[in-house]
Amino acid sequence: MAIKRDTVKYVAELARIALSEKELEQFTGQLDRILEYVNKLKALDVAGLEPTSHVLEMKNVYREDEVRPSLPAEEVLKNAPDKQGNLFRVKKIIEAL
Amino acid sequence: MKLNTLTAHELIAPLDKGDISYIDICNSIIEAVEQKDKKLNAIAHFDKAAALERAKSSKGIPIFIKDNICVKDELTTCSSKILEGFRPPYNATVIEKLLAEGAVLMGKTNMDEFAFGSSTETSCYGVTRNPWDLERIPGGSSGGSAACVAADEAIFALGSDTGGSIRQPASLCGVVGLKPTYGRVSRYGLIAFASSLDQIGPVTKDVEDAAILLKAISGHDQMDSTSVDEAVPDYPALIKKDIKGLKIGVPKEYFIKGTDKEVKQAVLDAIKKLEELGARCEEMSLPHTEYAVAVYYLVATAEASSNLARFDGVQYGFRSSQAKSVIDMYKKTRQDGFGDEAKRRIILGTFALSSGYYDAYYLRALKVRTLIKQDFDKAFRKYDAIVTPTSPTPAFKIGEKSKDPLTMYLSDIFTISANLAGIPGVSIPCGFTKKKLPIGLQILGKAFDEETILRIAYNYEQATAWHKTKPLI
Repeated sequence: MAIKRDTVKYVAELARIALSEKELEQFTGQLDRILEYVNKLKALDVAGLEPTSHVLEMKNVYREDEVRPSLPAEEVLKNAPDKQGNLFRVKKIIEAL
Repeated sequence: MKLNTLTAHELIAPLDKGDISYIDICNSIIEAVEQKDKKLNAIAHFDKAAALERAKSSKGIPIFIKDNICVKDELTTCSSKILEGFRPPYNATVIEKLLAEGAVLMGKTNMDEFAFGSSTETSCYGVTRNPWDLERIPGGSSGGSAACVAADEAIFALGSDTGGSIRQPASLCGVVGLKPTYGRVSRYGLIAFASSLDQIGPVTKDVEDAAILLKAISGHDQMDSTSVDEAVPDYPALIKKDIKGLKIGVPKEYFIKGTDKEVKQAVLDAIKKLEELGARCEEMSLPHTEYAVAVYYLVATAEASSNLARFDGVQYGFRSSQAKSVIDMYKKTRQDGFGDEAKRRIILGTFALSSGYYDAYYLRALKVRTLIKQDFDKAFRKYDAIVTPTSPTPAFKIGEKSKDPLTMYLSDIFTISANLAGIPGVSIPCGFTKKKLPIGLQILGKAFDEETILRIAYNYEQATAWHKTKPLI
């Protein structure tokens, strides 16, 4: 096994995705097959190789630090599932003392 | 001649002479969509009245946009329930550039959810069908863009390509699809899948239109710090030069067992044609090709897991009403809002990045990516371009691969390397199978040398008639 059911459950928790028992079962099998396949990378000697996270020669990109127009709050909030005033509204985060 | 069947460059002369109007073109497109799209399901969002209104105030060619590119105040959902109802408050840079050229935005095309797929079967709006055979998939993830262009429901369209999502559907639908060099086209306003791989590009009926559209959308953008400050060549003029003396590599790893015989033969015939046109083709090797799919499905999912963290039900789109706490709301929103493939990829990517597995999976994949990139660096010291099949098979049946994610992933085997290396690639029609399914030829080039691959594509196209054959729909 390249991945266990408990690991899938734990990783889904990290990714903030709830899974049904059926999904957990199905994904574990499928991810196991995919990871078995990607394990072919272990056959290669990668010692001394630099990782390529990006193909361009990246350097810091600076721009002038000047004030530019930004989106008005009502535009930004237009798509919100729930809002109050100029704020996104969600369930209570802090427990009452 | 029906206007919807023409290309942008073919429309210019009759427009200039006053024989036709911009509204005529728009009407012809609307008629084609109404007539054919019930069968194809290529278009995800289409507002006829709004499109006509835009055509009245504009002097430009109508275009369809993949549903992961932001258009101000228009539905932009990545064909996902989690973005239901989302209307961006701003335009992607490519949209601003098209509007500056007068283009008329017609609507949004169907796609695999968040561009996760090779068949357009994972869309929350249902599968798009291939205009050459309605029982088959159009490829993906830009399947809607490729199908609507192939069926003449569009003059041209924009797609996006992270691992072949423009080239593979173009190949399977018999149209032209170009993935530009990473950094050539601004990604601002493209809803991110894998930020080191994604590029927006044209899906068109012929190579000249691809050159026209590429020129219109390319260039540096201060809103995307990975867009490169390089001059944009006059592609439509430059592609018409001949290809005498060009050196073209044919990588033996792309003619492996498992490649369909008819596909292989069509590509070998195309190589012969390129030699007749004066190019010098020879067999060569890209030795790390067989690792590309494994590298891609770690790197792309890792980046996707991070990019898709923003879909949590707080700022836009779908929110689960079943939750008792905020954390619970995130988890249920993402469970109900994402489809299976999105969930699978987010979990796989999170796994590859998680403590204890990062070195063995993600970091190792990035190092093998270096080997794949070095293969191309070395090859392009000797060759001006590389030609391969775009896809190992023609369009497969709906449902044939959707139960088995790994089999689906392997259908991207010939297109993925270009994204990992950041180089440009174009797919053009090069034949048909006995069952009358299109076959695509892929031409890969040096970074920022779209000119050469489009030139080879144009010369081949002018010497053949594949692109003139249309599906009966």
